[in-house]
Amino acid sequence: MKNTVYAINGPVIKIRDTKDFAMREMVFVGKKRLIGEVIGVNDGFTTVQVYENTAGLRIGEEIIGTGGPLSVTLGPGIISNIFDGIARPLKDMKKTDGVYVTEGSDIPTVDPDRVFDVEITVKVGDTLTAGQIYAQCPESALIVNRVMVPPDIAECTVTYAAPNGKYKPDDTILKVDINGEERVLTLCQRWPIRTPRPVARRIPINTPLITGQRVLDSIVPIAKGGTAAIPGGFGTGKTMTQHQIAKWCDADIIVYIGCGERGNEMTQVLEEFGELIDPKTGKPLTDRTVLIANTSNMPVAAREASIYTGITIAEYYRDMGYDIAIMADSTSRWAEALREISGRLEEMPAEEGYPAYLPSRLAEFYERAGNCNVLSGKRGSVTIIGAVSPAGSDFSEPVTQNTKRFVRCFIALDKPLAYARHYPAINWLTSYSEYIPDFAEYYEKNVGEDFLDVRQRISNILLEENKLMEIVKLIGSDVLPDDQKLILEAAKVIRVGFLQQNAFHKDDTYVPMSKQLSMMHTILRLYDRAERALADGVTMSSILGTGLFEKLIKMKYDIPNDKPEMFEQYDREIDETIGGLK
Amino acid sequence: MTERTGNAMNIQYSGLAEVNGPLVCLEGVSGVSYEEIAELRLEDGTKRVGRVVQMEGDKVILQVFEGTSGLSLDNTRTVFKGKPLEIPLSTEMLGRVFNGAGKPADGLGDVFAEKYGDINGRALNPVARQYPRNYIHTGISSIDCLMTLIRGQKLPIFSGSGLSHNKLAVQIVKQARIAEENGKDFAVVFAAMGVQNDVADYFRREFDQAGASGRVVMFLNLSNDPIIERILTPKCALTTAEYLAFEKNMHILVIMTDITSYAEALREFSSSKGEIPGRKGYPGYLYSDLAAMYERAGVIEGSEGSVTQIPILTMPNDDITHPIPDLTAYITEGQIVFDRSLDSEGIYPGLSVLLSLSRLMKDGIGEGYTRADHNDVANQLFAAYAKVQDARSLASVIGEDELSDIDKKYLNFGTQFEQRFLKQGFDENRSMEQTLELAWDLLSLLPASELDRMNSKLIEEHYRK
Repeated sequence: MKNTVYAINGPVIKIRDTKDFAMREMVFVGKKRLIGEVIGVNDGFTTVQVYENTAGLRIGEEIIGTGGPLSVTLGPGIISNIFDGIARPLKDMKKTDGVYVTEGSDIPTVDPDRVFDVEITVKVGDTLTAGQIYAQCPESALIVNRVMVPPDIAECTVTYAAPNGKYKPDDTILKVDINGEERVLTLCQRWPIRTPRPVARRIPINTPLITGQRVLDSIVPIAKGGTAAIPGGFGTGKTMTQHQIAKWCDADIIVYIGCGERGNEMTQVLEEFGELIDPKTGKPLTDRTVLIANTSNMPVAAREASIYTGITIAEYYRDMGYDIAIMADSTSRWAEALREISGRLEEMPAEEGYPAYLPSRLAEFYERAGNCNVLSGKRGSVTIIGAVSPAGSDFSEPVTQNTKRFVRCFIALDKPLAYARHYPAINWLTSYSEYIPDFAEYYEKNVGEDFLDVRQRISNILLEENKLMEIVKLIGSDVLPDDQKLILEAAKVIRVGFLQQNAFHKDDTYVPMSKQLSMMHTILRLYDRAERALADGVTMSSILGTGLFEKLIKMKYDIPNDKPEMFEQYDREIDETIGGLK
Repeated sequence: MTERTGNAMNIQYSGLAEVNGPLVCLEGVSGVSYEEIAELRLEDGTKRVGRVVQMEGDKVILQVFEGTSGLSLDNTRTVFKGKPLEIPLSTEMLGRVFNGAGKPADGLGDVFAEKYGDINGRALNPVARQYPRNYIHTGISSIDCLMTLIRGQKLPIFSGSGLSHNKLAVQIVKQARIAEENGKDFAVVFAAMGVQNDVADYFRREFDQAGASGRVVMFLNLSNDPIIERILTPKCALTTAEYLAFEKNMHILVIMTDITSYAEALREFSSSKGEIPGRKGYPGYLYSDLAAMYERAGVIEGSEGSVTQIPILTMPNDDITHPIPDLTAYITEGQIVFDRSLDSEGIYPGLSVLLSLSRLMKDGIGEGYTRADHNDVANQLFAAYAKVQDARSLASVIGEDELSDIDKKYLNFGTQFEQRFLKQGFDENRSMEQTLELAWDLLSLLPASELDRMNSKLIEEHYRK
């Protein structure tokens, strides 16, 4: 018997009296073949969430099961592309369907007509195991796609290997024998988006993700293979921070998920990343970026799926041995999509209308990050950086609070800082990174032996300032003793000259670790010399009169990234000027 | 009970199974599609329009735009139209006034349709968008310098009851139009949702006086009009705007007031449908619903036109964390916020500079657009004005006399900034050059060493010694 639509309520539809569907099965709904997923099964009804607009759908239209869960096709050609929440390529959709997103569009994720230069790395008779690489082809100027045995094949023997040459994604590359059964392997494989791809084992996290953003790298570092959350009210710069990380961080591949956010922002990423040249490789940033766009006016159910589509793509490239960073902007929209669907299902709501399973879904998502030995023996990592948009800028709301439980790096954006146009508006007092001790060895080898001590001293000055500000708010700063005035002045240099960073300045937009450390050294040098001078009886006003504090505030602009030797001049000037005071 | 009569092509359903707030339920219905439009004919000969909002088996729930008063279970006959709600579109609409559901309300008869447009609109493929870069000169210093409006942007005005948001909107319309090199391809679509009659009248009068009414399309849903119609009003207005912009290559400014009334109508509808409420009783899909509206602003490839939105909303109790302004600001590209205390000091437009923001301005200002120093000047004004607030709160504790010299300078800067820069006449149209020079006059009230957001060269060039 045909299965037909019985009830429609927004993106949720019901089918009556059927046992044909499995939980999480992907289905096609109606004449337009809208894509949907089974989200509830009981003896009365099967419930389906539809990833496309249901306007125009009728009671009685047919629903066809696919027999498998919602999956994406993974293959060469994903890099540099932009997809909707269920992995349909938006550029191709524009070509075939015009400027609006069209329902029932069935354009494949991987363009079947694109030709790749494939080099086959195995021969007939070889035994292959899951995740093993059997071919490779350049996918963009930066990324080589390493073609892997799908994880569901435990072991197989090669019975046919195509010669090196030009192939399309669906062409036969290998024929393999799995216990007497023949299977054809192409350049593609399919994977269900809600299932994490298997790895050999997880390995400890020990390397920071270098972003070139001073407040991140030096104060709240993010880890390669770790998790980070960026909560912030509107206008505090979540998207801007995510863009800066996506542009400059030292991951191999960026997966940028625009989940329920503005259409213009996705356009901006598309335009800017196409123009920006990656300083390390000299190629446009789009050559290492994958975009998933479910803007706020696109169907809400696909918003829920977009997060999983993005992370599945990231895991696929991780399995090739790359370091991937995922920007999810914003996880709150994803949580709201869950709430919206849950409301339509008339489920019992927990906190603020969110479903009770919100924390477990968040945990599942963030746990898919990690630093791993992948099946082929290489090392790869997935870093998740999720933006959170707390309702009413209130960090005690459920999404922020639950996210905080599952991430180890918390980058809190602050409204008062944003109002004062202190960007990035990252609050140095409420943000934290639990990864710092794990990086000790990395810093010692690659940055400087005293990096952690210097970082700690800088943090301490900021903490001291925070305490003093309580007093200053009541009585003004004039009455403070000189040594406390010095702390305020030094903290100002750190805040304005170091933590504040100008994303639109050619040098300041990305600052290497070595310059970050030198800047901190120079600031501390001024602090130490001034402190000694104060002890020798020099007054604070004469130290301020030297103009050194203003000079250090501007050093981020005045010392170019490629002239580290200029720091010595600064140090000498500090020594001489302060030393000359009586 | 619903009864079915007529032949296959023209099925009529007599009676209703249930009436509940703005919703009616019909039973025994078949062949109807989701979001389809239905016509309800009453015994007295009047007609109402409804839309399918939920279907289960042979039960259909309709939302009735004109309200359900006077409907009984057996005095109506319902005919389904087989299509979603469409309005006729034409360039003839310029200069006309329509009701909230897109029906002519000026007694000038129907619009001759060049085409029909589905009011729900469709999601724009992000790849088809063009990033907005062209700034709109409004002649208002605070907006032009600090929260620059960009063509294709959605920039809401957050206000409170009794503040001068309407006046500001009118001034923007009047002056933005003048800035346009060839004013002929510029038009305004005005959507009033739940506003009082005299507010709608004020806009109409002002547009007339500015000689602009021939370039304005008005959709009026006044505060005593049916609430379900209010849900349609912005959709009708934006469908018209999209048509004029993307098919007729015009630059359209859409003013929508008041979003708060719109959201309240949505809440009323949602609760009568028995949906599980989210924050403050608003439906869980308020974000998606508002986004579907705001995201219809933009510039698309292959079309010369643009849709710029200025939604106006009154924050309940001046609370910016209320769900309506909160969700709005998460979707829109910035916000212009009114400050009640500035307004009561007689400063027009009394904008709260620190809370206001234009996200798109950074790419539409500076060299080649406005002036090379624009971005730095704006940042420095923001930073300096933030310090004014610190100095003021300190002064309120220890008294102005006890302040340090530098804090006193900031206090002076603050007052001058509000009186000379923010405050502006209703007919005063300042050029970008005037605005930026005025900004430098004010920044020069502070010692040069306080200007920490700009490099030494810029200070050398512009600082008044």
